[in-house]
Amino acid sequence: MSEFGNFSLLFALCLCVYALFAALFGAVQKQHRIVRSAERAALAACVAITVSMGSLIYLLVNSDFSVTHVSNSTNRELPVLYKVAALWGAHDGSMLLWVFVTAMFSGIAIYQNRFRYRDMMPYVVAVLMLNLSFFLTLNLFVSNPFQQLVQVMPDGTMQKFVPQDGRGLNPLLQYWAMVIHPPILYLGFIGFVVPFAFAIAALATKQLGDTWIRTTRRWTLVPWLFLGMGLILGGKWAYVELGWGGYWGWDPVENSSLMPWLTGTAFLHSVIIQERKGMLKVWNVLLIVITFLLGIFGTFITRSGIVNSVHAFADSSLGAFFIYYMLLVLAASLYLIIDRLPFLKSERPLDSVLSRESAFLFNNLILVVACFAVLWGTMFPVLSEWVTQSKITVGPPFFNNVNIPIGLLLLLLTGVGPLFAWRRTSVASLKKAFFWPVVFSALLCAALLVAGMRGFYPVVSFTLSMFVLVTIFEEFYRATRIRARNTGENFLRAITNLTLKNKRRYGGYIVHFAVVLMFVGITGNAFNKESTQQLSPGEEMTVGRYTLKMTDYDEGSTPNYQFGTVKLDAFKEGKLIRTMKPEKRRYLAGDGQTTTEVELYSTPLEDLYVIFAGLSNDGTKYEITAHVNPLVWWVWFGSAIMFFGSVITLLPDRKGAFGTPQTTLRKGSLLEQGALK
Amino acid sequence: MGNSRIKFVLGGVIVIGALAWLGFVGFEESKSYYLTVEEYSAMSGLDGKTLKVAGDVVEGSIDRTKPQMEFVIAHSGKSLKVRYVGKHVIPDTFTDGSKAVVEGTIAQDGTFLARHIEAKCASKYEAEYEQKGV
Repeated sequence: MSEFGNFSLLFALCLCVYALFAALFGAVQKQHRIVRSAERAALAACVAITVSMGSLIYLLVNSDFSVTHVSNSTNRELPVLYKVAALWGAHDGSMLLWVFVTAMFSGIAIYQNRFRYRDMMPYVVAVLMLNLSFFLTLNLFVSNPFQQLVQVMPDGTMQKFVPQDGRGLNPLLQYWAMVIHPPILYLGFIGFVVPFAFAIAALATKQLGDTWIRTTRRWTLVPWLFLGMGLILGGKWAYVELGWGGYWGWDPVENSSLMPWLTGTAFLHSVIIQERKGMLKVWNVLLIVITFLLGIFGTFITRSGIVNSVHAFADSSLGAFFIYYMLLVLAASLYLIIDRLPFLKSERPLDSVLSRESAFLFNNLILVVACFAVLWGTMFPVLSEWVTQSKITVGPPFFNNVNIPIGLLLLLLTGVGPLFAWRRTSVASLKKAFFWPVVFSALLCAALLVAGMRGFYPVVSFTLSMFVLVTIFEEFYRATRIRARNTGENFLRAITNLTLKNKRRYGGYIVHFAVVLMFVGITGNAFNKESTQQLSPGEEMTVGRYTLKMTDYDEGSTPNYQFGTVKLDAFKEGKLIRTMKPEKRRYLAGDGQTTTEVELYSTPLEDLYVIFAGLSNDGTKYEITAHVNPLVWWVWFGSAIMFFGSVITLLPDRKGAFGTPQTTLRKGSLLEQGALK
Repeated sequence: MGNSRIKFVLGGVIVIGALAWLGFVGFEESKSYYLTVEEYSAMSGLDGKTLKVAGDVVEGSIDRTKPQMEFVIAHSGKSLKVRYVGKHVIPDTFTDGSKAVVEGTIAQDGTFLARHIEAKCASKYEAEYEQKGV
């Protein structure tokens, strides 16, 4: 089976290389049939890759320990679900998953456009196949999951080696969010290859209007959504499994998935400007090239171990290949952009600073600055080592100092952007638009100050959140009222139809709404409380409004692990809320890894987060750490809303065309005058 | 037209300037030198600086009997005695033989006072297999 999988992979590579050259040859020679054959070869390569992945899953499920990957990342006792998930439990297998996802994206894009954009498609195929060939080559020759274990005998001969049992999957990875986190992140990292390929094709064919942007709108939204969800799931995992009480630590690997998300977000906004105003053409091409590169850079960071990180995949020999590949992509893209500059002229200048365009531009600028800051902090150890021979690392204070104000500026723009009209905004209309948001946020701000809140950032954050909430509410309320009046629909039906008739706009507002909720949750960090105490049965500790009274300690073992559990009664202001049982486990498989099982009592207002840190040094007491983390719940809830809003923007339009905004209201309505100007 | 472009650029410069300044402050506050134990023992003049030192936790060196946990990390034959003075929970991955990065400063007596510990498990199994061939 491993030979079969390996062979399919090799076959796929041959098909890819053929498709790459056939597509280019067909495009240059204008031979439609050759292009067609390239497309079919590409699709066949996708099938071969799928077969190859199927065979690795077969090997994993049947515990064929002669294969290195299988013995390294599974053992016999592992539940079948985790055996499948072990596909991405080590870097060679996760590389195959990467190749598979790339193939799926490429294949679907090629198939979906088989009758469209005939002049652009050969180049799209070529770019997609070049990318796929690169990863296939790595997967086959550098990091091959089908490699078999061999043993060097004392006499120098080599023999096949089959261990009795595998090493087992790292217990920290045995958690649902962790199982789906890598594939989802991959969907995000990789998906940008499609808009990237279309951008390059647009450059190659000099069709630099907004065709490529309209075509790839969904192809950008999908990876953006997956990347966002991947980030959230990673955070959720860190929060629930790692036991340090937070969900984001500016770890290099976290950062590397945040960066393409930031530039992707910028791209999603700036394409609107190009569609509506024909501006920012160079910028958009650059942004998608950068986003695509950052996706590759993300895997590079994870795989190469170039930057120290909690992620355990390390030091594989892939690093250099990634660097050459990224340089190649960057150089080729920049060459094309510079060569096509005359075709990328803006159709219109910036009219006024107080305009929608300028709000969008500012949003882009800030997102890119945020990305740059994160990149700088992440890569500083590497850069400083190159330049001064000493490795200097930077910590969370750097990232927070830069990104908190950036976040608040973005929040402000989320609020004011939609209030500005296109081209220029009159002071009178601004006054009108700002009235209620300012009133409500000023009231909230005053209330917070009266209630004794003093931190500058939290007060600003809550105030701005209120501001944005009111603007979003007004957007929906005004348009719905008009629609209800014009169509005679009731309010609920009107708001639904309004959203569905203009999914991009109102779906976007729902995403903005979600972002506000998440900001509220993140701001809660400013009020975290933490306490560590050593307790014996009968003793108690206090954190925030909670009291924890230790009642019992229990030890034991399961076939999988040994455990020690502390039992605590948790009281909130004197009232028993529940019994908490934080646990310490030591897994028998693998390296005897210990894990901390967090006990969590989560409410929208605050989380009580309790862990058993271990025995005290003299072995007579039990060390308990308790965190009270306000508002964390809103981060998860906000991300669910974000998912919902994004899905709305992705829903197909009934009239078939791609993403064209449809306004069914009659001309002269307030919506036309005010909002869509 | 040109005017609004200038305003935009000016606004951008001010914002980026402010952010750069904040970044610089945070950078100064949180930068630390990253060294292996070997490099560390070869260098001098590190008193008072925040350092990150990486090494392997020496088997059997973890001493939890004292009020503050002590252990020894080593790399390429050099070793460093560490006392953990931080408040956070020690990570699960910190055990005998794990790779650890300690962050803190050096005390008068040459003991390293760690405020923060990061640890990675030493993938023993993988190492064994690699020795066996392929």
